[in-house]
Amino acid sequence: MIYIFYIALSFMAVGMIFSFVRFVKGPTAGDRTVALDTLTTIGVAAMVLLGYMFQRFIYVDVALVYAVLGFIGVIVIARYLEGAL
Amino acid sequence: MSIMEIIGGILILIGSIFLFLGALGIYRMPDVYNRLQAGTKATTLGAMSLILGVGFLETSWMMKALILIIFIAYSNPISSHALARAMYKRGKYPLIYNEDKASYDAYREVVEPKKEEGRL
Repeated sequence: MIYIFYIALSFMAVGMIFSFVRFVKGPTAGDRTVALDTLTTIGVAAMVLLGYMFQRFIYVDVALVYAVLGFIGVIVIARYLEGAL
Repeated sequence: MSIMEIIGGILILIGSIFLFLGALGIYRMPDVYNRLQAGTKATTLGAMSLILGVGFLETSWMMKALILIIFIAYSNPISSHALARAMYKRGKYPLIYNEDKASYDAYREVVEPKKEEGRL
């Protein structure tokens, strides 16, 4: 059973590396924001999975708060790029 | 190994593969809108599937996992929609647009009415 977690975590780690490369070299601000959104979502999923692996229930709460903060951040950045802020 | 653990493991594998494919789409796609589509839809499905798999593995976490799934299911499309609208209003148009086929892009006439009048 533990090997499934290792395989899933390595998939997510490679995905975070790809997304972070796009976050660094993205040509416009929108590309960076999309990459940041993807990084946040992968981070939430990884936090829940690691919380199960370590048997810590508090990680799910941390993941929920992190999802809320990432959502608000992306909305604020989008409003700023639109010019309405 | 019970039936719940098998279902949870399969859901976790599916979710991680979808997360990886979404990030690969972020890296490979040519445009902001293509990146939005790849990075939002696949990532939403992957995160929902993985969190549901963890909820199947540990049944007492199921309620909070469902809350997290519902939040991701409504927050991710909203943020991608706001970002696409912002990039459009900023002046970065999709790759499909060209000047001859202006009827493809009905939203552009809403965003830029002055340029349409000036062209007439």
